[in-house]
Amino acid sequence: MTDYDVIVVGGGPAGSMAAEAAAKQGAKTILLEKDRDIGYPVRCGEGVGATGLRKFIEPDPGWIATTISKVRMRSPDNTQVNFGMDDAGYVLHRRLFDYALANRASQAGAEIQTRAYVDGLILEDEYVRGVKYQYMGETRKLTANIVIAADGVESRVGRMAGLRTASKLKDMDSGYQATVGNIDVDQEMIDFYVGDNWAPGGYLWIFPKGDGMANIGLGINGIYGKDHNPHDMIHAFLRQYFPTASVLTSVCGGIPLGKTLKKITAKGIMLTGDAAHMVNPVTGGGIITGMEGGQIAGDVAGQCIQAGDYSEQAMKAYPERWHKAEGKNHEALYRIAQGIAEITDDQLNKIAHRLVKTPSENLSLLKIFTAVAREKPKMLLDVTRAFAGF
Amino acid sequence: MMILVKDNRCDFCGTCVGVCPVDAIELREADISIIHDTCIDCDICIWVCPIDVLSSDAKEEVKHD
Repeated sequence: MTDYDVIVVGGGPAGSMAAEAAAKQGAKTILLEKDRDIGYPVRCGEGVGATGLRKFIEPDPGWIATTISKVRMRSPDNTQVNFGMDDAGYVLHRRLFDYALANRASQAGAEIQTRAYVDGLILEDEYVRGVKYQYMGETRKLTANIVIAADGVESRVGRMAGLRTASKLKDMDSGYQATVGNIDVDQEMIDFYVGDNWAPGGYLWIFPKGDGMANIGLGINGIYGKDHNPHDMIHAFLRQYFPTASVLTSVCGGIPLGKTLKKITAKGIMLTGDAAHMVNPVTGGGIITGMEGGQIAGDVAGQCIQAGDYSEQAMKAYPERWHKAEGKNHEALYRIAQGIAEITDDQLNKIAHRLVKTPSENLSLLKIFTAVAREKPKMLLDVTRAFAGF
Repeated sequence: MMILVKDNRCDFCGTCVGVCPVDAIELREADISIIHDTCIDCDICIWVCPIDVLSSDAKEEVKHD
């Protein structure tokens, strides 16, 4: 007899979705979060698409900071390309959003334990049979039939089970974000800067958070981290463009932009969310894909529990369903991201000069990517694939 | 050579842990340590750190040469 059917490690969106889905299948589930709080610190730009979000939860004004309808992209020479969004977007209050998801998991019957730092696995015959964790200076053990690792960018739990989860340096963005007050930005627009000056191998974002506040963040490719650091760059950016802004919160974090891990299950364990490298490799967005991965993982774990079959064979439904839902699209996006990484500042300027002639009401993200693909023809098929969804 | 954490400046974001190829970094809520016996001094954690709190003890290395 095990203590639990399912142990979920990590209380972000992926972990909470996994815990909720497993509990809904009747599995006795506990979620362990290493920090004191669910949802804090917020290491995230907090932007999501409305359609993706609605698949999992009805938008609630309690955790939506702003509703986005416009995008601006600035090329390295500051040519501004403005366009509307086909789908609305939101900037979230992740602290409250993560709470709502964890609360939903708890209402589905999952237990939640904060301050629980998992630092080992219970292994028997190469099977993961539970976890060891630290709680308030005390070492505790819990057994379970399935462990779901949703432990974020660190992805250590998977490593403990022998899975190779480390990101290559070129697949990891080094990120820093300041949430600032006293700035005057369009509260319905997200604003991006690309190019070597402000964002080598990545982009700088301004996401409005309402009441004259915004998330101003930067992700640079890990390779460029040798000579740059995003903390200094964001502060230089603020001095230049928003000298009167006050920094209310600042956080740093890594954004794993690699392909989803080849193996997201092993004996007795599933990996999901950032820990499984499910982040969109082009946008760096990981909330929706993490929720999707987490929900599938939890659902499959629950089914395994019901069937009394915890074999890797029984868990195969998880990678299969993930691949069907997001996997192919994710791989096309990864190739697009590799293509974008090769585009020079001159090419970016040329693309922007061409796009800026198109009236903004006629521009869409697809048109922009098609223009990018004119510079990098090998991207065209993947762009078509990603947008057509095949 | 040894990877060092500059005192009291770490934000505990875990980016270094995510790239470490040998799992040589321990990170808890507000505590980070390098497992020096495991570390292979590849230095990528230093490069990826968003706020440059990791450094390699190059002086030590020179001393031992």
